Amino acid sequence: MLKNLITGAAALSLALAVGTANAQEKLKIGFINVGPKNDGGWTQGHWTGAEAVRKHFGDKVEITFIENVPEGQDAERAIEGLARAGNKLIFTTSFGFMDPTIKVAEKFPDVKFEHATGFRTAPNVTTYNARFYEGRYIIGQIAAKMSKKGVAGYIVSFPIPEVVMGINSFMLGAQSVNPDFKLKIVWVNTWMDPAKEADAAKALFDQGVDIITQHTDSTAPLQIAQERGLLGFGQAHDMYDAAPKAQLTAIIDNWGPYYIARTQAVLDGTWKSQSSWDGLKEGTVQMGAYTNMPDDVAAAAKEMEAKIKSGEFHPFTGPIYDQEGKERYKAGEVAPDGDLLSMNWYVKGIDDKLPQ
Amino acid sequence: MMAEAILLTIVTASTPLLLAAIGELVAERSGVLNLGVEGMMIMGAVCGFAFAAMSGNAAVGVVGAILAGMAMAALFGFLTLVLVANQVATGLALTLLGLGLSGLIGDPFTGKAGVKVQAIYIPYLTDIPLIGRLVFGQDPLVYVAVALTIAVSWFLFRTRGGLILRAVGDNHASAHALGYSVVRVRFLAVLFGGACAGLGGAYLSLAYTTQWLENMTAGRGWIALALVVFSSWLPSRLAIGALLFGAVGILQLHAQALGLGIPSQFLSSLPYLTTILVLVLISGNRLLLRANTPACLGQSFVPDR
Repeated sequence: MLKNLITGAAALSLALAVGTANAQEKLKIGFINVGPKNDGGWTQGHWTGAEAVRKHFGDKVEITFIENVPEGQDAERAIEGLARAGNKLIFTTSFGFMDPTIKVAEKFPDVKFEHATGFRTAPNVTTYNARFYEGRYIIGQIAAKMSKKGVAGYIVSFPIPEVVMGINSFMLGAQSVNPDFKLKIVWVNTWMDPAKEADAAKALFDQGVDIITQHTDSTAPLQIAQERGLLGFGQAHDMYDAAPKAQLTAIIDNWGPYYIARTQAVLDGTWKSQSSWDGLKEGTVQMGAYTNMPDDVAAAAKEMEAKIKSGEFHPFTGPIYDQEGKERYKAGEVAPDGDLLSMNWYVKGIDDKLPQ
Repeated sequence: MMAEAILLTIVTASTPLLLAAIGELVAERSGVLNLGVEGMMIMGAVCGFAFAAMSGNAAVGVVGAILAGMAMAALFGFLTLVLVANQVATGLALTLLGLGLSGLIGDPFTGKAGVKVQAIYIPYLTDIPLIGRLVFGQDPLVYVAVALTIAVSWFLFRTRGGLILRAVGDNHASAHALGYSVVRVRFLAVLFGGACAGLGGAYLSLAYTTQWLENMTAGRGWIALALVVFSSWLPSRLAIGALLFGAVGILQLHAQALGLGIPSQFLSSLPYLTTILVLVLISGNRLLLRANTPACLGQSFVPDR
């Protein structure tokens, strides 16, 4: 009996090994995400990108898309699971996956990792990001023009450089139109909790702001804006369908081209670790249609979009002062990428203290 | 008026907690510790949204949510009361089941527009400044939550049925000896708990926000469980607890918007800290606290045949 069992097991494992050897012709790609693929926001952007890869490469790739992985210890388990399952290119799409990604990358040197919005690289780890701040500058300008009260509400998740950069860029854009523009910032300490985001939006509106923007992932704040006849901006995804009367424009993530390029690099064997940061110019960041605003505001926004795309204008061009009044960048000086990626200070004009 | 607006948002934030917790209170009073509240709540949220979206009618959604909660509760009841499985483990398993199943059911509905439970409007009364909308302009589920709390309190302490339920929770052996069917009483209590949890979940996806997103309950089921203990199993205190938790949660957002400069991570933890603080103060009277714990809470009942 035991002898039969062992023979059977040996035969089975041989068959499996042969089976996997055949499967290795396909490049296995894995995605680890913090939310569900149809959240209408951040994770959906990555899903769309993954679908673009699937469409482009067809049978040559096999994609595993894992949703709702919490940032932290669980993430390490999930990433390692993907590496063990034979995935050779793994995308981890949230800041909080940074340390787990580096840890797993050390154990699997022949697997290539791509971490979004982080700043730690390794020989087999690339960081990639999108210049969302370019979009933030444009919507900051629109906000200052559309707000009757001169105050905007900003719903944010965690005080990481990515988010602070966005707030600063928004404020700089707003200040370029209205130097006295004010900002009310609420931290909800989560990337996505529709009820809490709705509460934050209500609190901001109750306190007198008439326009909101967010760095969280659900459409709840915009829905509240629409209910109250006020305005807002979509985040990571065109949220027009959820709030057709309230959305002015949206900052849209378009990861498809980048994902296709990186997959091709792995297939060609030319993949190298890098820190890539694409924006409006490369099409990784797109702006949603300009709606619910007068034509001249839309025209000005399109003009600014073109200027940033061509490189004629950079949102973080001096003079820029921080909250203490210190001049961080002189007139005409452009903030270097490294500074932006580790930004932990507010620009002058923001009255809040940045949580550390 | 900002004060009125804040009070309105506090009521909205407290209602799902109160709904789920009042049901759990009844279940625990009968001696069953149901840790599956989070799973039942989220099943209520997804089924409520699904039924409402498919029928175009919020009321249908609410009924669907109640049925979903009761179905989960029936499963829990069968496992723990008939098969006498461990209540804690079964409850946790049901939470996991609910979270996963709701994601599956909710997949086609994510990101879709929903149907909203409309707030009521009574001419003249709703227009009273400050308290008008607060008292007369809420959506029906808020009034249901208040009515449930009063009804449960009256039922538990003023009716024979409530007495029997409490007896089963305090000493199931004696209740059984007296001829009451412990399993039947507990099963009905658990069904009620599941229905309320489902209702609480429906509130999230049909009134609080009008959308469905995986894991949207975000741990509110667990908070409801904690609130039941916080309330010493008294419905009146439960209402206070839910309001307190909801109020601190809303006020911390306002504090941030006002730019008071208090670290947001601390403010985020305030609802939990406040609840613990008040619980410590209440527990100052040890006698009062222990007197209310259902003595047979969590204990399986197997009659000697």
